[in-house]
Amino acid sequence: MNGDEACAEGAISAGCCFFAGYPITPATEIAERMSKRLPQVEGIFIQMEDEIASMNAVLGASWAGVKAMTATSGPGFSLMMENLGLGVMLETPCVLVDVQRAGPSTGLPTLVGQGDMMQARWGSHGSYEIIALVPSSPQEIFDLTITAFNLSEKYRVPVLIMSDEAVGHMSEKVVVRQVAPDDLVARKRPRVAPEKYQPYKPDKDLVPPMAIAGEGYHFHVTGLTHDERGYPEMTAEAQDRLVRRLSDKIRLNKRDIIKYEEVSTEDAQVIVCAYGITARIARRAVQQARDEGIRAGLLRPITIWPFPEERVRALAKQVKAFIVPEINYGQIVFEVERCAGSKAKTILVPNMGGAVHLPQTILEAIREAAK
Amino acid sequence: MVTVTNKPIDSYLRVDRMPHIWCAGCGIGLATSCFIRGIERAGLDLDKIALVSGIGCTGRVAGYVKLDSFHTTHGRALPFATGLKLGNPELKVVVFSGDGDLAAIGGNHLIHSARRNIDITVICINNFNYGMTGGQMGPTTPLEARSTTSPYGNFEHPFNLPYLVAASGATYVARWTVLHLRQLERSIAEALAKPGFSFIEVLSPCPTVYGRMNKRARGLDEMHYYQEKSVIRNGADPKDTDISLDGPIVVGKFVDIKRPTLWDYRRQVLDRTLQKKKA
Ligand SMILES: Cc1ncc(C[n+]2csc(CCOP(=O)(O)OP(=O)(O)O)c2C)c(N)n1
Ligand code: SF4
Ligand SMILES: [Mg+2]
Repeated sequence: MNGDEACAEGAISAGCCFFAGYPITPATEIAERMSKRLPQVEGIFIQMEDEIASMNAVLGASWAGVKAMTATSGPGFSLMMENLGLGVMLETPCVLVDVQRAGPSTGLPTLVGQGDMMQARWGSHGSYEIIALVPSSPQEIFDLTITAFNLSEKYRVPVLIMSDEAVGHMSEKVVVRQVAPDDLVARKRPRVAPEKYQPYKPDKDLVPPMAIAGEGYHFHVTGLTHDERGYPEMTAEAQDRLVRRLSDKIRLNKRDIIKYEEVSTEDAQVIVCAYGITARIARRAVQQARDEGIRAGLLRPITIWPFPEERVRALAKQVKAFIVPEINYGQIVFEVERCAGSKAKTILVPNMGGAVHLPQTILEAIREAAK
Repeated sequence: MVTVTNKPIDSYLRVDRMPHIWCAGCGIGLATSCFIRGIERAGLDLDKIALVSGIGCTGRVAGYVKLDSFHTTHGRALPFATGLKLGNPELKVVVFSGDGDLAAIGGNHLIHSARRNIDITVICINNFNYGMTGGQMGPTTPLEARSTTSPYGNFEHPFNLPYLVAASGATYVARWTVLHLRQLERSIAEALAKPGFSFIEVLSPCPTVYGRMNKRARGLDEMHYYQEKSVIRNGADPKDTDISLDGPIVVGKFVDIKRPTLWDYRRQVLDRTLQKKKA
């Protein structure tokens, strides 16, 4: 099955019961698969009038107590940004998939891009932290969709899956597995009586237990800056408390959230840092470089936000250079550069989109850097 | 289950949040009281009602009622409510928001919610302008009316909301002013009991901004206007209910029809097709 379909199956395995979306290439197959699968498992599929509506419907469904997801591509991702922020502010577990195509604007609707990586991080207004995962194969998107639901339920934050057209449309063997109930995370529920319940009173882990509509808690939630009761509080102090906590609940748990894969990095002089489809090509280039006797390695962030900065910092001490191939004109390269500092060179291998890199292009960059 | 009796209105409100932010003479508070009396009259289980608002002076209603309540983003109350309702069909979902919120930025969601005939009740406070942002024109501002962004008089045709939502497929459509408290309360109770998409437009004074710019600077001025110019015409064809700056206001229940809801149709279609597959 292709990556889009694998994503839908991952969602079903994660217990997703609600999908709202609007058709867009190359994400449409996720919606189509969900429209078929959800009714078979008593779930709800709805095609909304646009992506703004889709994002909001997903938030509403999450507050009704079900695991909810939407999927889109660049133009729709842009439309979702305001209410992604609402999801962050209300601390609403949900999953948003962006099957990236090449932009800006309508760009190359049917062809690959990785140009939304910074939008994923900063696309909504205000200060916040988000979790974003990057799959590089159909099997991995299946697995990461389950991880995404787990992280969103655990940290009460929308989790982004930054797929791309190549992964979305490539067909590979995917093992669709049932997930044991113990391996599925469910949001914390209130442990006090409704009169005592405060919707935004966090536990030690900075995550507040979440009531859902219809259980008698009579809670209020708002996108305005609010106190622990959920009531609007229009002060700099309340803002400081809230925004700090919303960010810190992610920042302080980076160890739990961040995943990456390394190939031959132990003795590497040159490390290619690549993600998504580009990492698969980079892997080839690294292998070819090794065959030529160049000590090359691969760092593949699976979690792109929060960025695995500690690992890049540590590796920077040992390598001469990082090579960052991405299907944009430089986004994640700035993160790598920030972490590498003056310890190692950071070299961008850009690609404006429409096709993936050639292994040769990355190989040449490795050779050059190894000199 | 909470059984409703004629308790003081305070018991339905978050009194710890008083005083509210609404200006003296504003009609939103009156409409909120009618809403509370309306849910009493409908005999609903308070635990099962969810109220969703967008952004605006009206949007603040969500913060004052002691119900599961959501203050979302500008224009997006309806799609949020759609997710809530589909996520838990047992909920009675009410959207309480402003004319700008529902008909301008959220206009697309309004017509599509009506088209789907999703089981949601919408209470729309029409104060003919954007109150919260200081009195700009909006999609319901009458021709010639002044606002901070139509300082020479509005030259855009307004929406007639009942006509719009009726044409889009709503099963229940009414319009009242905040002078028609009893009728409004009854209408809210009816709308809540009505399966499908129900819509009540409530004309409401905004003396502070709209009134000030249109020679009705005191709350009472607008009420006098409602009193003089309202004509009750239940069953009126919504297309005959346009509002002009100082002209007559047709109020009443305009639409009360039966039409399968989104949920009914969904069940019907899925039962038929999925059953067939299994057989
Ligand atoms: C996306 C977005 N655009 C603009 C605003 C600013 N804004 C807040 S309330 C409002 C208009 C409210 O008018 P209405 O819905 O009629 O409510 P009222 O205040 O009149 O009750 C606007 C434009 C916003 N909050 N969000
Ligand atoms: S500005 Fe107008 S709508 Fe807003 S609270 Fe004041 S009177 Fe009411
Ligand atoms: Mg208004």
